[in-house]
Amino acid sequence: MFLGFAIDFSLALLGFTILLAIVRLIKGPHTADRVVAADLTTSVAIAFIAIYSIRTGETWILDVGLILGFAGFLGTVGYAYYLQLRGKK
Amino acid sequence: MSDTITGVFLIIGSFIVLLAGIGLVKMPDIYTRMSATSKASTLGVSVVLITTGFFFGTTGIITRTLLIVVFLMITAPVASHLLGKAAYLNKLPLWDKTKRDDLSGNDYKC
Repeated sequence: MFLGFAIDFSLALLGFTILLAIVRLIKGPHTADRVVAADLTTSVAIAFIAIYSIRTGETWILDVGLILGFAGFLGTVGYAYYLQLRGKK
Repeated sequence: MSDTITGVFLIIGSFIVLLAGIGLVKMPDIYTRMSATSKASTLGVSVVLITTGFFFGTTGIITRTLLIVVFLMITAPVASHLLGKAAYLNKLPLWDKTKRDDLSGNDYKC
């Protein structure tokens, strides 16, 4: 009984976090701010997947979280590399 | 693990992630924003994932969630460091109350 409420409340908190990240994604003065917001969105998506697996009882979806973490890391490193090239010239 | 403890830890982890989101919006410059998001989001997601592992309780799930946690704790500082270096090379402005800037080459301002 309490677990169902806790799952819904946690999903609401994570959704509000994604809303705040989207605010920074729109407002951000520079590209680096937007990359930070996208990185936070990836982390929140991993937490979303974990809570979803508790709610439905399907555990195969945790593998998706692993791959999502890897893709988010590679995306951040790629953006940082090209920003660094733009800053050097 | 009992359902009540699982729910309490899920709410704690999600609240820590929410603190990371608030820091991302309210902090004054990009370096403090990066400090808030990288540390708080790693801790919050780790709490949620470890709770998920002990909720199911089988060896395969616990191994998988701990693998994700270790991977996050290795990659988050690397990504944050690279992004901070790129931001400094792009000459993004520091907060005007910053005490010292070790990369500037001048003497300390404080």
